Formats: sequence, structure tokens, C-alpha cells
Amino acid sequence: MRNDLSKDALKRLYAVMLTIRRFEERVVSLYPEQEMKCPVHLCIGQEAIAAGVCAHLGTEDYIFSTHRSHGHCIAKGMDLKPIAAELYGRSDGCSRGRGGSMHLADPEHGIPGTSAIVGGCIPLAVGAGLSSVMQGHARVSVAFFGDGAADEGTFHESLNFASLKKLPVVFVCEDNYYATNSPRSARQPDIPIAEKGRGYAIPGITVDGNDVLLVHQAAEEAVMRARSGGGPTLLEFTTYRWKAHVGPNSDIDEGCRPAGAHERWLKKCPLEMFQRYLLEHAAVSAEELERISVRVDREIDEAVVFGKNSPYPDASELTEYV
Amino acid sequence: MPWTKIQADDSRGRVRFGGGERPERELSYREAIREALSQAIETDDRVFLIGEGIDDPGGVFGTTAGLRERFGAGRVMDSPIAENGMTGVAIGAAMTGMRPVFIHMRVDFLPMCMDQIINHAAKWSYMTGGRVKVPLTIRAVIGRGWGSAAQHSQSLQALFAHIPGLKVVMPASPYDAKGLLLGSIAGDGPTVVIEHRWLYDQKEGVPEGPYVIHAGKGAIRREGTDVTIAATSYMVYEALRAASELEGEGISAEVVDIRSVQPLDEGLIVGSVKKTGRLIVADTGWKVCGVSAEVAAVASEYAHDALKAPVKRICLPAAPTPASVSLEKAYYPGIEAIVRAAKGMV
Repeated sequence: MRNDLSKDALKRLYAVMLTIRRFEERVVSLYPEQEMKCPVHLCIGQEAIAAGVCAHLGTEDYIFSTHRSHGHCIAKGMDLKPIAAELYGRSDGCSRGRGGSMHLADPEHGIPGTSAIVGGCIPLAVGAGLSSVMQGHARVSVAFFGDGAADEGTFHESLNFASLKKLPVVFVCEDNYYATNSPRSARQPDIPIAEKGRGYAIPGITVDGNDVLLVHQAAEEAVMRARSGGGPTLLEFTTYRWKAHVGPNSDIDEGCRPAGAHERWLKKCPLEMFQRYLLEHAAVSAEELERISVRVDREIDEAVVFGKNSPYPDASELTEYV
Repeated sequence: MPWTKIQADDSRGRVRFGGGERPERELSYREAIREALSQAIETDDRVFLIGEGIDDPGGVFGTTAGLRERFGAGRVMDSPIAENGMTGVAIGAAMTGMRPVFIHMRVDFLPMCMDQIINHAAKWSYMTGGRVKVPLTIRAVIGRGWGSAAQHSQSLQALFAHIPGLKVVMPASPYDAKGLLLGSIAGDGPTVVIEHRWLYDQKEGVPEGPYVIHAGKGAIRREGTDVTIAATSYMVYEALRAASELEGEGISAEVVDIRSVQPLDEGLIVGSVKKTGRLIVADTGWKVCGVSAEVAAVASEYAHDALKAPVKRICLPAAPTPASVSLEKAYYPGIEAIVRAAKGMV
């Protein structure tokens, strides 16, 4: 474990992870109301990756994400209110109710958008990296994607071009071992996804994605490499999705994934591990964590109220923005 | 390769669109495209060209020849042969402040990019509530003749026109090629510009300075009173030749250059049909669910009472393009089919 981060930085990381967790848990509790009328892909159990990577990004830097994007957008600094309103399909949603959970966007926070086509956003991130170079600024572009996307042609095509042009891109693979319910072993030869970078002369590293400090460290190096003109990096963070591929429930009882592995991963909760570290090794007090918790819950309360109170888009606007 | 030298049948003479108001300077279709690209790169730092082989000596049938030498490899970029991924790269650049022009030597390569074009470029503005635009231009060329066969000669405009969020233009003339291309590059959304290989040597007066033609406007190429021939791309020339022949037989044909397939200039088509009472649609693509079906439906919906005869469609038969010259000849309809159709209606 590294110990060079300031207490404030550590607390910020914790706050981001907790916000993601609590927001997703709130979605779980509210979903049965059937007011959020869109599919939700929850990232509970994977929070450390979004938090650890985005800690190195400024507002101007870009992230591109997937159908499972709530965590990335929160970590990148997006306000919870337009996210909640979007899940409720309201006109104050970040995508004005046209996108739903799978298409969050906030260009003012460096989030041009998210794609629900597996692998769809990876080349977009490379394009933003190309844009960054052509426009002569040092914006870094991050592509978040799952291990399923590493099956796709766009993944390989993107690595190839980003390396060829030495673009400021960080490829962040959240390897949770499943594409929906298909295990990686049924889809790919048994080598780490990070090693696929070697074929494209891109440095790759596999890191425990549930340890936020390890994520933070790996991402720091990759973002620095990108920003300084050193080209792309492929980061593979191993992790596990606690909930089903889609929806608020677990899929373990349905036999979608083995119960034993699920139990083992629950014991590797990224939030609990980090909380223990903060209390035992970083001189953060239980009271400080509690204050963060109270603030996070209040922000989520406000976001939900905002979302539920926002008006629906008017039917007369159906074909606007095409 | 000999087949790159095959030109449109010139025996019937070139058709010039130039009216009195057009300047004297003539450019070929390929020169007009090259000039549009040059002017876009010169006047807008956000514009760059990308595509496989666009900087090779041939320069995509001459349309990009010399541009890399003039503007550098940073603005005129060769590309890996990774059509879908590179379309995504162009889209990502477009949504973050650039105005890429992605160039394909054949329309047939676009099916490789369908995920990025349909699921991403076309939908991004809508999915983000209009907050993120994709000002992307995709140029692609329809091939024809010399055994180009099934994968180097398709006319896929209908595939793209079907998708909300995409614009599709098919310039037939040099003037339109320059204006529609510049209009597409200046626009805020994705546009597919479909060119026809047999048009590159067509010449007409083209203004020297930059100008834009926005998608959505068709053009009357020849006025007439007895029958409307609405045509796309190369078929505009077949329609004009047919109109000349019909004139000799006492039939006055009006030729509408559809020019923009999506959005379609419904008003222009309906207005012409209301005047003539008869409609022939001549498209470079297939008949089934094609552009001709859409145009016929527009006439049926909005000009039904004016129609004096059933609409006729001159399109490709429901088969892939054959290679053999004898089958090619049978495959492509042209002036004779249009004349026959018109005579049968009037």
C-alpha cells in the first residue's frame, strides 16, 4: 500500500467511492417503484476503478463509458441531480430524457457520452485523443470498457491506431470476468487482457481493481504517460460485479454465475477494504467518515427529489435534437 | 489498371448544367471536390481528411491528389484499414471539436462501419439531448463497370437514408459536388456524401470561392409538362438524355435531380408531379425498399389526385452486381428504359 497521498486526497477518493455505492444502492431501493423506466446496469463492487482513475483527470479531460457508466460519470465530477433526472426520464436529465441510464453525457465535465454497444466507445475515446493532439492541448482521453469489449474488433482497431499515433489515451478495462453471463473463459484464450497491449506496442498492466490505492497508482502512471506525449496505456483492473448484468437484483440464485466466487468477491469489498485502511493506516477518524457519509446521503436525497420533481419532456419535442 | 480509365459513355455527349448565371470557369466533378476539400482545410482549422489511401498518387480518383503535399500528413491522413474503428475515431474527433472528412473509395466498405455510423454518429445528438454534435462527413464512391462486380459497385444510399440522424446527399454535378460537400462539412451532424465514379469527368462552371448547398434541396434540371423524371446521381444524366429523346417524340419531360436523399425535398417532387401528373423515378440503387420506393410513396401521399398513371421505377433488379459484361449490360437500366416507361404513360 502506498502512503504518499494526502489525507484530503484519500478522503476525496473515499467520498467518490461512497457516492457511487450509495447512489447505486438508492437505485436498487427505488427501482421497484417503477418510476425509473429504463434499464439500469449497476457497478456496485467496481467503484474503486472509477474513483482511482478519475482522480487523475481534470474537468477538461475526456472519459467515454458504457452502459454501466453511473460510477464513471460520478467520479468524473458530474452532479447527481441531472443523473437522477435522466434515470427518471425527465427534461432536466443530463440528456434531457432522451438517453436514460445507458446514455449519460455531460460535455461540460468532459463526458461526451456513453454507448450501450459493447466496445462502441473505445474508438470514440481514441478520436478524442486525436482531437486533443490536433488542437494542441494536453487533454487525456480515457476509455472505460469491460472484458466483453476486448472480444470486439473496435478494441483492437483502437489500440492499433492509438499506438500508431501515440495518442493521449488510457484504455481502462474493468475485467469482471463476465459479458452478461458468458464467462471470459468461453470467449477468450486464457491470457490477461493487459497482455494484448503488447501486440500493439502498448504497455499493459493487470491490477487488483478492488484496491483503490493500486488503481490510483497504476492510473497515475498511465495518465502521466498520456499527458506527456508517451502514448497510450492499457490498464486491466480485475473486479467483480455484485448485481446482475442488468437490473437491481442479484443473478446468483438464477444460476447465472457460481455462488462460491460471488461469496469470495463480496469479502473483497473495495469500499470496506479502503475504509479499514483509512481508519487503521491513514489517521482518518470514524467521525470524519461519518461526516462524509451524511453529506453523500444528503446529496443523493436531493438528487432523487430533483429528479422526481423535474417535468417530463413534452411530446411536442419528440423529434428535437435528431 | 485499365478499369480506372473507363469513363461514362460520352457518345451521347456530356450534359452541362451551367446556366447563364454561372461563371465561365469550368471544373470537373473531381476538381470541384478537390477544391472544396482544399478550401475547407484552408479556412477551418478543425477540418481534416482521413481514409485509407487518400494520400496515394491516385488520390481517390483525383479528388485528394496533391492535398497531403500541400497541407501535410496531419490534415490529410492515411488510415489503417479498420473501417469501423476508424469511423469511431472520426466520430470521437468530431464530438470533441474537429470536423473530419472520412473518405472511402467504395460505398461497399461502409457496411464495415455500420455500427459506428448507425449506433453512434446518427444517434449521438439525440441520445445526449442535443448537447453533443457529430459534425462528420463521410465520402464514398459508387463504382460501375469493367466487372466491378458485387462488392465494388453498390448503391447503398437507401440503407443510410433510413436512419434518422443521418443526412445523405448524392451530387450529380460539379457545382453540387463542391457545394454539398462544403455544406456537409459546415453542418452540425453526420452526412454521407455518395459520389458516382462515372461522374468524375463531368464539367461545368463552378464558382471559385467557397459556397454551401445544404442537404434537403433538390433541383429542377429541365422543365417539362408531361412527365416528371426524378433521378439520383448518375441517373440524372440518363434522365436528361431520355428527356431530349422524348422531346423529339413530342413528350415534354421534367427532370428533377433528387440531390438530397435524406432529407428529401418532398415539396419539389410533389410540385413537379402536380404539374405533370406522371412520375418516373430513376435511381442508381435497388428497387425494393429503395429511394425510388420512398419517392413513389411521397407522390402517392401528397400528389395522389394529380397522378394520371401509375408511378414507374427504373432501378436495379434484385440481384448483386454481376461481373460479366453481358450481364452488366442487362443489369443497369438507362435511357432506353426511361424512354420506354415515359411512352407507356403518356
